[in-house]
Amino acid sequence: MSGVILLIILGVVVLYGVGAYNGLISLKNQTLNAFKQIDVQLKRRHDLIPNLVNAVKGAMDFEKSTLEAVIQARNQAVSAGANASPDAMKSVAAAENQLTAALSRFNVVVEQYPQLKATGNVAQLQEELTSTENRISFARQGYNDTATQYNTKQQQFPTNLFAGIAKATPAELWEITDEGERAVPQVDLSMKPKA
Amino acid sequence: MTDDTGLNLFQQQEANRRRTVWLVIAFVLFFAWLGFGGDFAYWLATSDAPPDTYHHTFPWFGLIMTAIGAGIAWYGFSTGPNKVLWSTGAVKLENPQTDKERQLVNVVEEMAIAAGISRPDIWIVPDPDPNAFATGLDQSRSHIAVTQGLLDICSRDELQSVVAHELGHVKNLDVRLMTTLAALVGAVALMHDGVGRLLASGGRIGGGGGSRGGGKGKGGGLVVIVVLVLWVISWILAPIIAQFLAMAVSRKREYLADAMGAQFTRNPMALASALTKIEAADAPTTSIKRGAAHLCIADPLGRRANLREGGLSDLFATHPPMAARIARLKGMAYQRLKAEGQFPAA
Repeated sequence: MSGVILLIILGVVVLYGVGAYNGLISLKNQTLNAFKQIDVQLKRRHDLIPNLVNAVKGAMDFEKSTLEAVIQARNQAVSAGANASPDAMKSVAAAENQLTAALSRFNVVVEQYPQLKATGNVAQLQEELTSTENRISFARQGYNDTATQYNTKQQQFPTNLFAGIAKATPAELWEITDEGERAVPQVDLSMKPKA
Repeated sequence: MTDDTGLNLFQQQEANRRRTVWLVIAFVLFFAWLGFGGDFAYWLATSDAPPDTYHHTFPWFGLIMTAIGAGIAWYGFSTGPNKVLWSTGAVKLENPQTDKERQLVNVVEEMAIAAGISRPDIWIVPDPDPNAFATGLDQSRSHIAVTQGLLDICSRDELQSVVAHELGHVKNLDVRLMTTLAALVGAVALMHDGVGRLLASGGRIGGGGGSRGGGKGKGGGLVVIVVLVLWVISWILAPIIAQFLAMAVSRKREYLADAMGAQFTRNPMALASALTKIEAADAPTTSIKRGAAHLCIADPLGRRANLREGGLSDLFATHPPMAARIARLKGMAYQRLKAEGQFPAA
């Protein structure tokens, strides 16, 4: 009789172990996927920028330096992303941060010229730009949320007993690398609220 | 009313998940009792019977009820999403024309990224009242529909928060849960009538068993009668009880979707302000029918029961009161500001 009970207990433990293992593996893959999603969105931003610049080039001759800054930052980000190795993550992040800064300057400039905004094309592209920036930050947020879930599962008892078997290691969260971004941004009151 | 306003969004999600689990367990137990309770009474009644007479040892009644219930639930489940979209007259948005439509497509894609699910199909319901709903069976085949009225009155942030709320439903598989519950409620109502006839013969069986078992003692007969009476009363009240349980689950899931939406946008105040706008436009959403009410962000029927919490409203409403939802969202926003150190310790 006691043998049967032992067997049942063993069965339950094994079943639980399988569940915990599979749960960890699926979270691990979700975390990886969420990380790739950031790349996908960065790529989308790189593809969008040439269109955007072309659309406003004629109307914005007087703001050449802003446009050139955007183009240059974009090209740097693309080349940094192209030869990305795990060690080069820092330079990729730095290039992307530069691009973000150039784009927000560009946005401020566009806001200064109402007649530019009035042309449908530019308004549409601005919506695209807002959306792209949102997508990148939501992709990062999604990655952080998934990675946090994954890390918590690894550390919680009793799932932590199976973390070694599932080769689960804590995933790093996305953080602001540039100290300057941590500073409170200067608010331009003429700007639309950023979603 | 339990006060959840002091919890941050992740704690609110936890609390709501826990409550739903208990409600669903109660739902399943109630169904098991409806099905197998009769078998139990019959088994009690025949266990003392002479060896050569019928002994009810196999719970065929419960198994048949389970099969019928599962069949009806499966039918409702697999045809539900298309029926709902068709009944609202929603139009699929494939080539966005206006700025607002483009914004909607972008916002849905952004939120799908934040939620980590694939992009749902987008539909627009030609109705001037602001409302929105999500449907679909799993995370990879979902639909989100918003009314024209919602597009017209909401800012980008507010639209985003409403979409986030709906994708919260999708991510939580609420649509599946609610469609199944609705189908089961329908199944109970259907079987309620059928069982009404069976109960007459059930009463005869109980009485007969009691008198047969009389030789061994009156106690057994009494238990049979008590169990049987309880079971009969359960069946009489079944449609109402099933409805109440389903509504209770629905209300918990609304709070949960609000909290999920706040997680995706990290901007609970946008949803609070969208809900305020939706509530202010108090005309009922005429194109959304009763059957889809539990899928919407706000009760499309504008029923009074949804205005208050407690008492009878707790039993009848598909949605928690707007004021309570907004208060919880503001609570989340406050917790967030506090965590970021923008408030001195409260």
